[in-house]
Amino acid sequence: MTAPGPAPVPVLQVEGVRKAFGDHVVLDGVDLRVDSHRCVVLVGASGSGKSTLLRVVDLLEDVDDGVVRLEGQDVTDPRVDADAIRARMGMVFQAYNLFPHMRVLDNVTLAPRLVHGVGREEAEERALAVLDRVGLRARAHAFPDQLSGGQQQRVAIARCLVTSPRLLLLDEVTSALDPELVGEVLDLLVELKAEGTTMLVATHEMGFARRVADEVCFLHAGRVHEQGPPQQVLDDPRDPRTRDFLRRLV
Amino acid sequence: MTSRAAEPAPEPAPDRALPLAHPAWTPSPLARERLAYRRARARRSALVGLASTLVVGALAVLALVSSPGWPRVRASFLDPEVAWASLPRVLEGLWLNLRVMAVAAVCILVLALVLAVCRTLRGPVFLPLRLAATVYVDVFRGLPLILVLLLVGFGLPGLRLQGIPTSAVVLGGLALVLTYSAYVAEVFRAGIESVHPSQVAAARSLGLSHAQALRTVVLPQAVRRVVPPLLNDLVALQKDSGLISILGAVDAVRAAQIQTSAYASFTPYVVAGLLFVALTIPLSRLTDALARRGGWQGATAGVAGAGPIR
Repeated sequence: MTAPGPAPVPVLQVEGVRKAFGDHVVLDGVDLRVDSHRCVVLVGASGSGKSTLLRVVDLLEDVDDGVVRLEGQDVTDPRVDADAIRARMGMVFQAYNLFPHMRVLDNVTLAPRLVHGVGREEAEERALAVLDRVGLRARAHAFPDQLSGGQQQRVAIARCLVTSPRLLLLDEVTSALDPELVGEVLDLLVELKAEGTTMLVATHEMGFARRVADEVCFLHAGRVHEQGPPQQVLDDPRDPRTRDFLRRLV
Repeated sequence: MTSRAAEPAPEPAPDRALPLAHPAWTPSPLARERLAYRRARARRSALVGLASTLVVGALAVLALVSSPGWPRVRASFLDPEVAWASLPRVLEGLWLNLRVMAVAAVCILVLALVLAVCRTLRGPVFLPLRLAATVYVDVFRGLPLILVLLLVGFGLPGLRLQGIPTSAVVLGGLALVLTYSAYVAEVFRAGIESVHPSQVAAARSLGLSHAQALRTVVLPQAVRRVVPPLLNDLVALQKDSGLISILGAVDAVRAAQIQTSAYASFTPYVVAGLLFVALTIPLSRLTDALARRGGWQGATAGVAGAGPIR
């Protein structure tokens, strides 16, 4: 969707989103914008609201207030078909969340066949192409627990990519991986970014944030305290909280 | 929907008495409109549910009442006078059912827990125990309850051993304990095996013995997890306690049988049936409530995103 004119519609626009669990306010008026082919990285301490923001965007949580727009459409409106909206996005979880009772190929073909109405043959063809893309075509008939953590996470990414989502949401996708397996997943994401995938990423990997981010958002206590290009936010932070957070990472 | 400057935000507004790091929140008009829509939709769903329930209920009653044999069935099964007259006796019988059930339930829980622990013991020393528990469970889970009742009720006194009770109530209760403890033992065992091995590893690494780990770490989690299926078995026990009537104990079923011959009407059976249902309903609701309560589930409690997804 390439809108004409000087202001194309952003893929994702978050406006004043508030979300509380009981008395605990997790998101307290978050504003955010992700344009097409851009990668926005969320950084911040545990509990700062990164994961909740991603879950809110993927409509896995209802917001208390504010608006989330996907390609201009208000998806937080309770009248919209949430399943149809979610089908236009892909989410990769920290703990992979592959279906352990299905082979890799079945994990990847599930959404095309059930949600997008693609026939089995064509779905498998597409799935194999995507698995090839993440370097796991040879493991198509393995079960998830026969794969390493890095391979499982690459399958989870393939499971998202196979439906060509407009927006890819990545929730600390390397946090559960052994250190030597982190590289293969991050390299894949860097390649996807280079291919123009629109991404919203929560991560603790600052090196990765520098490599892929067009923009870095620093979240603290449910608010965006600083946002800008990675060189500015990560190397020359203006907000004392960002400085404090980055100092503790070193 | 306020735009936020990138400057450091001020600390919590001082006028707030609550120790919240956030200023008071007033829902925006948009949020209020969404809430109103959700409420309206919930109201509509409730109304549709009520209407469809009434229609289905009315159709069922109509089908029953308009069937050709209905007048005769009503006369012999639903005679209000007979129902009222037989109620005291049936209630008296039900009181016996309740007492048998309560005593049996306690015995069943203890015996089943012992059996389950025996079946999970590892090591060659415990082989006889493990074997005995396995054989016991296999036998009493396989035998129909009515056979166990007959064998225990008429076989045991037939041995003419000293100290063997002859009361139908005690023997019937014993048969219930024998059968149900085999079922409940399997429920407990499933609970024990559902506790993740890492829990045992953590306990053992602290220096706890196998028995200590079982007692303080595994069993508390296992028991909590199996409470809903246990209550399910308790509901089944409650109504199966009516089977002791075949040994001659005057419980609710037997009392109803006696009243049925006295009044030449089947109505007392219906009375007994209604009473049994009324007895099990509170337990069933308790089971549902406990199954919903996250705190009992242990492992999955408090997992982020465990809530419903629209």
